[in-house]
Amino acid sequence: MREVASEFARPVMLYSIGKDSSVMLRLAQKAFYPGKIPFPLLHVDTGFKFREMIEFRDKYTAAIGARLIVHRNEAALAEGANPYRLGTQKCCGLLKTRSLLDALAEGGYDAAFGGARRDEEKSRAKERIYSFRDASGQWDPKNQRPELWNLFNGRIDKGESIRVFPLSNWTELDVWQYIHVERIPVVPLYFAKLREMLVRGPSLIPIEHDPPRLPGETPQLVMCRMRSLGCTHCTGAVRSEAVTVPEIIAELVGMRRSERENRVIDHDQEGSMELKKREGYF
Amino acid sequence: MAAAETIARVDELEAYLERDQAKGLLRIATAGSVDDGKSTLIGRLLFDSRGVYEDQIAAVRNSTVNRSTGPIDFSLLTDGLRAEREQGITIDVAYRYFATPRRKFIIADTPGHEQYTRNMATGASTADLAIVLIDAHNGVLPQSRRHAFLAALLGIRRIVVAVNKMDLVGFRQDAFELICGSFRQHLERLGIADACFIPLSALDGDNVISRSSRTPWYEGPSLLEHLETVPLQDTGQAQPLRLPVQYVIRPDAGFRGYAGQVVSGAIRAGDPVLALPSGRTTRVKTIVAWGGDLTEAFAPMPATVVLEDEVDVSRGDMLVHPAHAPHISRRFDATLVWMNQQPLRLGQPYLIKHTTQQLTATVTALKHRIDVNTLDGEPAASLELNEIGSVAIETTRPIFFDAYASNRATGSFILIDPLGNATVAAGMIDDFRREPGADRAAQSALLDLDFQASRLTPAERYDRAGHYPATIWLTARQDLAYLLERKLFQRGCQVHVVAEEVESHILPEVGALLSAAGLISIFSVSTLGSQERDRAQARVGEQRFFAFDPENLPASDEEAANRICSALESRGIIAGSRFREGEGI
Repeated sequence: MREVASEFARPVMLYSIGKDSSVMLRLAQKAFYPGKIPFPLLHVDTGFKFREMIEFRDKYTAAIGARLIVHRNEAALAEGANPYRLGTQKCCGLLKTRSLLDALAEGGYDAAFGGARRDEEKSRAKERIYSFRDASGQWDPKNQRPELWNLFNGRIDKGESIRVFPLSNWTELDVWQYIHVERIPVVPLYFAKLREMLVRGPSLIPIEHDPPRLPGETPQLVMCRMRSLGCTHCTGAVRSEAVTVPEIIAELVGMRRSERENRVIDHDQEGSMELKKREGYF
Repeated sequence: MAAAETIARVDELEAYLERDQAKGLLRIATAGSVDDGKSTLIGRLLFDSRGVYEDQIAAVRNSTVNRSTGPIDFSLLTDGLRAEREQGITIDVAYRYFATPRRKFIIADTPGHEQYTRNMATGASTADLAIVLIDAHNGVLPQSRRHAFLAALLGIRRIVVAVNKMDLVGFRQDAFELICGSFRQHLERLGIADACFIPLSALDGDNVISRSSRTPWYEGPSLLEHLETVPLQDTGQAQPLRLPVQYVIRPDAGFRGYAGQVVSGAIRAGDPVLALPSGRTTRVKTIVAWGGDLTEAFAPMPATVVLEDEVDVSRGDMLVHPAHAPHISRRFDATLVWMNQQPLRLGQPYLIKHTTQQLTATVTALKHRIDVNTLDGEPAASLELNEIGSVAIETTRPIFFDAYASNRATGSFILIDPLGNATVAAGMIDDFRREPGADRAAQSALLDLDFQASRLTPAERYDRAGHYPATIWLTARQDLAYLLERKLFQRGCQVHVVAEEVESHILPEVGALLSAAGLISIFSVSTLGSQERDRAQARVGEQRFFAFDPENLPASDEEAANRICSALESRGIIAGSRFREGEGI
């Protein structure tokens, strides 16, 4: 992080409010301690996030004195863009990817930190720590810069940018252990609670933002928690009894299913994350 | 045995966390030729050690492609990108993570295709151990030799030779031994004496996780057993301190912290440190950290250091121990792995990134290209993509470095094309004691001079100057050197400081020349080693030579300068100050 803060004119940290972002934020606090974090946080708000995420975001960033910028694709939202009408692929393209690229361009940011980890998904395993994006924000997996030792090449031309993934080598378990050891606050959605859900086979779909229901379908109260956080319609919950961080870790150690399993967008077509990344998604 | 741990009760968690944090981390680079089953082997390790999740396995089961004969194509667990899935070849470096109750592992899955040397070098640059795959059916191929060479070149000392597809040769011992014999010779040429050879079948799982009953003649460990027990590479804590400054933290006028990673050695509050390139020596006041100051930070920890004195330190500078400075030079020799379509252009400017410094460099000479199959040097005009060569490099300002063989962090660098911004080469600095040819020539030229040829006698010089010549040898503390120069000058001495960060190996001869001219010379150059010191002492004579360990001198420059003056007086080089005060100038 200090490397990026030294070598780039306008870095920004993408803050998604999730557990990885929380860890990344703590690392930044530590890296510049006793100084303040020398760059702002950027949250791309699709408008379909959980209410609890937004509350947590505002409270926590104010408490630690971080500078927060929130960006929404207001134009698309005004035109009524939503996942139920557009389908998750188009929705993500408009509200997340487009919005992110706009926000980065507006701020003139030349480096953006993201909390992605290589253990999350197959195409992310090949992501560099410094990931080069061309002037339109696109990723070319065949033309990545070799990354040797800890020597990062941050040279870019005007308009180009770098995405930086400081948590590349962390696993989900590492993240939770760090949250536990460092006592880092996280969104309460990660902890198990009786929540109203649409139950479709193994999938649990939150009812916030009114997803369309199947005929005769009614929400049920289910003891569950979110394993990763995104927009309400794309974030499935998992059945769980874990109400504390140690219980989550205990659950993960015995867990045999991957955390993105319930992310609808990863599965909308084969190799779908790689396609999204090529377009500019994180 | 390799199964992930399960925790029955949450109150066992603290114990689990403690155990988990005590686990060592082994970084592995894999290398193999096309189709020798590397992805299958990694998939098998992940699967059998429960490093993959059930839904990921289900996705592979449901995949439309299955190149294997079994129910699961393990290679699909690791081959991430579409293009390679279509070709059936891993084309880039992918990182995989798994853990057993004994250790955590990161595997850099690097491609085996002949074209992709650059990816291999990338994966190997951070690894402690390399797994080289050999197909038992095909025997040792040039690529296997190349992979072992690259691993050794990138500084990996621990090599596992996985002789795969033993099922295709009926698990025959003689087939295994044949491969071991010829490959062991190759490894010995690379300086690797204790490689571990394991016969296995990634497809069927023999000797991957547990020992196979199909190789009763094999008495060694399974692959995972070996990975769990092989000694971890030492983290460099016992080496001299190197702390390249990454960032200066200045929240207000009252605080100045120098932040960076301790890449080798350790730093403690109260320790003397030498700041390069300024040559200033001071002490560590505190090591500041979130959650409370530290008394000590050691490799590979990050540290934010506050110094006792106001010294000018910025990004790219390095904090080191005064008695164990790195080499400082604008010129050095290195081995390059060329990574770009555009071939190497001699004499053209590139950007070099070394530790936290970035500056301009040119490759001044290509001594030879290395044939990765025979390991022989051959003459070449340039280096093409994936070629390796031995070169001489010159930078615009001095860099502070060690040989790659002794310090990976301060011995490595990358070259960047200043126009296209691509990383064009990875470099490993050679042992500096093999001096560049130009300097050897300068040294021998100086040796040829007969310094005693003057017709003035030392006595005549003494009468004129009022003092005898002397050579004062400091390895740091430029401020002290300049203060001493001023003091001696004010006392009427003919004195000169050599405090530039210059290449060290001709300084003994320079000292002899200055001494022959009757001067008192003060050398304050942090690269000076014991070899130069001994040579200088021999050249100027023991009576005229004064070496001081900066650590044993008083911290105050004033006091230290007085102590050196006293030493000169006591040997009669200069007259005592009391006597001189009485005489006037």
